Amino acid sequence: MRLPIPFRETLSGFKSLLIGMRITLGQFFKPSITVQYPRQTLKMPARFRGRIELIFDQATGKSRCTACLLCQRACPSNCIAVEGARTEGEKHKHVTDYKLDFTMCSLCGLCIEACPFDAIQFTKVYNAVSFSRDGLNNLDLVREIETKRKAWLQTHPPPAPGPAASPAPRQPQPEASSP
Amino acid sequence: MSNLLSIEPVRILTYLVGICAFVGANAAYLVLAERKIAGRIQRRPGPNEAGYGGWMQPFADVLKLFAKQVMIPPGTDILLYCAAPLMVMAPPLMCLAVVPFGESLVARNLDIGLLFVFAFGSINVMALMLGGWASRNKYSIISAARVVSQNVAYEIPMLLVVITLLMVAGTLDLNELIRQQAGGFWNWNLLRVWVNPLMPVTFIIFFICMLAETNRAPFDMAESESELVAGAFTEYGGMGFGVFFMAEYSNIVLGCCLGTVLFLGGWQSPLPLAALSGPLWGPVWFLLKMYALIFTVMLVRWTFPRTQFYGLLNLSWKILIPLSLFSLLLTGAMMKLPLVLQRLF
Ligand code: SF4
Ligand code: SF4
Repeated sequence: MRLPIPFRETLSGFKSLLIGMRITLGQFFKPSITVQYPRQTLKMPARFRGRIELIFDQATGKSRCTACLLCQRACPSNCIAVEGARTEGEKHKHVTDYKLDFTMCSLCGLCIEACPFDAIQFTKVYNAVSFSRDGLNNLDLVREIETKRKAWLQTHPPPAPGPAASPAPRQPQPEASSP
Repeated sequence: MSNLLSIEPVRILTYLVGICAFVGANAAYLVLAERKIAGRIQRRPGPNEAGYGGWMQPFADVLKLFAKQVMIPPGTDILLYCAAPLMVMAPPLMCLAVVPFGESLVARNLDIGLLFVFAFGSINVMALMLGGWASRNKYSIISAARVVSQNVAYEIPMLLVVITLLMVAGTLDLNELIRQQAGGFWNWNLLRVWVNPLMPVTFIIFFICMLAETNRAPFDMAESESELVAGAFTEYGGMGFGVFFMAEYSNIVLGCCLGTVLFLGGWQSPLPLAALSGPLWGPVWFLLKMYALIFTVMLVRWTFPRTQFYGLLNLSWKILIPLSLFSLLLTGAMMKLPLVLQRLF
């Protein structure tokens, strides 16, 4: 026996209401998935693009950058300014000043592509904030490297000067350390 | 203690304070519970900053509301504007006086308790209407009109359902109603299908009407914040709004108390065991059932979207009222049929 349409509609409507309530009740007993943001943070995915940074080479305690200016030329937004200097006996120059204007950066990654020494990479900094424009338009990446170097020197004391030949590698050898 | 309670003024005062505290604590913590439950349903923790995982949130809320200036917008009818929050808060407080939380834990055991509850319970509507009207605000007035037509529509099936129950029980005394449901959950009115096979359906009708009467989602047409700002409360700020909010939860408490008394056997234990019944267990069972109902109310709110106003009225006039009328007739027929048969044969 088929019920008249209004009855059937009422019954099926009621059934769907119950199904809805079952679903919400099911969710009620599942754990919450909130990240308590300032206290917990998500790990940024591997391909996340934060602003660029100079890579700190753990082997040498320096940047691999040779101030070849390829990144500066590759940047379509013109937001990189590199300066370098050569010390006696060095094969390449080394970077003395690396300024990034992050207010202009489009995170296109062309600088990273261009770098022949694999010296820059994207950071995972997703919350780059500042109280004024000045805080972001003149980021000093070399200073960052230097702070890292200070920490690095704590664990890697410089070899005592003396007869022992310094094993500190002269060449940065970018291929060796980059996968 | 018991002889002190038998002194009338002491008794009145005790119950007055008790009911006020009960209503206040419930209103405060049900708001929190609602937000927590909403959070859980949406897979988030809900308010968890204000002290001990969020448990101090009501104090923070109340403090905030108290600290706000009481604004009376120009052009309002000041008397009605101020009276509305009081009138909306008073009925649940009054009605709780006759609700038996335990066999002897009732402020005033009236023999017309059910009538009392319905008589005062409907003042709530008038208060909302007055508040909306006195605010002199278009949204408030639309909301007031909605409240009235919604409550008129849902009062009818509600009363029909209650009349059905009354025909079965033959008493308006809430305690007596509960006593008749003694002896296990199969004796609760909810499951008394031998009296009327539609008993569970009448409970569902009652529940829906209760949602509608307390203006809860999905029937919160009075306070549909996406269309009417805040409905009848638009012009109320600070504690005026707070009182309306508290009243909403107090009405839910009252509605769920009523549902417990009428359908879920009140303070009767679900199993007829001597160990589980008694003056101490009574309130426990009562509160358990009541909070289970309140949980369902909240679950419903966070499950279903708000209905349209037409849908709301259609549901009442086209489904609930015919159904409850049918159930009423069926109950009457089933009660009288044995007598008729007796007379015939
Ligand atoms: S990511 Fe693009 S825009 Fe940003 S510094 Fe590199 S090249 Fe310039
Ligand atoms: S970061 Fe790379 S591309 Fe840019 S100057 Fe240094 S070595 Fe050259």
